[in-house]
Amino acid sequence: MWFNAFLLALREIRRNVLRSFLTVLGIVIGVAAVVTMVTLGNGATVMVSERISNLGSNLLVMRAGQRLGPSSDRAGSNAFNVQDVQALQEQIVGLKAVAPAVTRAITLVAENRNWSSTVVGTTNDYFITGNWVLADGRKFEEDELQSGRSVCVIGETVRRELFGAVNPIGDRIRVRNFDCQIIGLLSPKGQGGIGLDQDDTVLIPLTTAQRRLSGNLDVSPILMSVNDMADTEQIIGSIKRLMRERRNIAENDENDFSVVDTRQIAQALSGTIQIMTALLGAVAAVSLLVGGIGIMNIMLVSVTERTREIGVRLAIGALEREVLLQFLIEAVVLSAFGGIAGIILAFGACYAVTGLMGLPFLFDPVINVMAFVFSAAIGVVFGFVPARRAAQLDPIDALRHE
Amino acid sequence: MIEVAPTPITAAQEPLIKLRGVTKTYGTGTAAFEALKGIDLDIYAGEFVAIMGPSGSGKSTVMNMLGCLDSPTTGQYLFQGIHVERLTRQERALLRRHALGFVFQGFNLLARTSAQENVELPLLYRGESATVRRELAAKALDSVGLAGWETHTSAELSGGQQQRVAIARGIVTNPLVLLADEPTGNLDSSRSREIMGLLTELNQARKITVLMVTHEAEMAAYASRVVTFADGRVRGDNQQVVTNVV
Repeated sequence: MWFNAFLLALREIRRNVLRSFLTVLGIVIGVAAVVTMVTLGNGATVMVSERISNLGSNLLVMRAGQRLGPSSDRAGSNAFNVQDVQALQEQIVGLKAVAPAVTRAITLVAENRNWSSTVVGTTNDYFITGNWVLADGRKFEEDELQSGRSVCVIGETVRRELFGAVNPIGDRIRVRNFDCQIIGLLSPKGQGGIGLDQDDTVLIPLTTAQRRLSGNLDVSPILMSVNDMADTEQIIGSIKRLMRERRNIAENDENDFSVVDTRQIAQALSGTIQIMTALLGAVAAVSLLVGGIGIMNIMLVSVTERTREIGVRLAIGALEREVLLQFLIEAVVLSAFGGIAGIILAFGACYAVTGLMGLPFLFDPVINVMAFVFSAAIGVVFGFVPARRAAQLDPIDALRHE
Repeated sequence: MIEVAPTPITAAQEPLIKLRGVTKTYGTGTAAFEALKGIDLDIYAGEFVAIMGPSGSGKSTVMNMLGCLDSPTTGQYLFQGIHVERLTRQERALLRRHALGFVFQGFNLLARTSAQENVELPLLYRGESATVRRELAAKALDSVGLAGWETHTSAELSGGQQQRVAIARGIVTNPLVLLADEPTGNLDSSRSREIMGLLTELNQARKITVLMVTHEAEMAAYASRVVTFADGRVRGDNQQVVTNVV
């Protein structure tokens, strides 16, 4: 009986290829939309968390001033200083590295080319906090850091823009008003989490930056790397207590500095993307529902249109349940076909969009299987009413139907 | 499940179909309409019965009753000794499937479907295998003179050919009774004569009992027996000694 009903349903679909196609178009688009949205959303989530962890592992960023953002670095009188850095290094347990930084945007000149980049005055701890690896050359030496020598380590972008294919180690670049010898080259990291090019940077010793660029002893931000096993929350707590003490903040006053955990930013960002994915997926699921209603609509029309035919089937001995099954299977086969077509369409769309947007293409079997099962279920749910109507027809009335 | 043995037609003592005091009332209360007002009718295996009468005489109602599509309000309908009036909707469907064949006025073939598939349809519901279906359908189409037309769809066939496909569909299961409701109603007179010739031949050669509703005396003349209905009762019945029973 099942096989026969299946055969009859397939014959029926074959008899009306165009109408069958139009009937399932809603399901095709609905499934394609849901699968595409979820796949792209997953890709975006993974990409964002990857890029943020790329900024540095277990990285804490401490800035003077309450506000986030670049302007708060120049917070004037309440900026940090080298003594703060030393205190952190000595008194906070669980920190792998503490790197003070002084950053300035400066136009660099090498021979006849120039390039605007970010110059960071810092120490060798910066290589740890930023997960930097040297592609060539060396890090700073102790006396270079102490005496503020004019040496620098440059990022891949700076090398490419100023030197092209030439190996720049030993060459000099002009940083505002002084010449600087290139001692090292950083391995490229690629795009940063928020669209920044992390490789567009030049590192110089902290003392050099303070003397030649900023002209004061301020330090901000301070970058800290937490040991892998350490409790980040607890460390942030002790950093805050230490800094409040050092900055003489009264008990009821608010902090005039902030400590941010990049992992929290990563979590917040990927959480946001996941919510967006869920929302878009839900909107797409509504279109799937509309597709199901489309199937019911066409099936009802089809039952009315085929009333006489159903009458013939009943007259020559088809049972109610056989007619019911035939129409139900017709609906399920249609919507399942629609589901498969939708998944294929989504596959193509995801492939194209991830290529265009540079997102990773994460094939998620769960959402694909779910979309398929759901589309078949839509066939059962929305096919049932028309199928029951067909099965319950009175053969005499059905044969008389014009 | 009802098993109806395809008994060979012999000189039947007992009628194949027996109606006793059958009434049919549509609606209830003051709106009630009595379409059949007590019918007694015996039909023997091998007969070719034409049922005539003006519209509203109850001939269609009795045809639906005989075709097991409908149940009497009161009275008895015995088909091969089975009390049809006691059967459920599903049991009647199975009885139709195994013992009856239908031919309709409007042919009622499936659109955009080949003659072959149309004829196979009753076999499909009987659960016959694809090979058996194909073989029997080809044989049935051959017996109505449509060998070679298997792959043509209804739209590619003339009215007379369509009705012949419908007859092939009716006889493909080798039914005990073939019920034809105005089989020539949609055909011109020469096609009508062809169809009547075919029905007569099936009745004579294959001993299929044929029950036919018609309002044309010319078509009724092909039948071996004419039962006339008027106002829900049997008005006339020219039953003779059953001649063509072996």
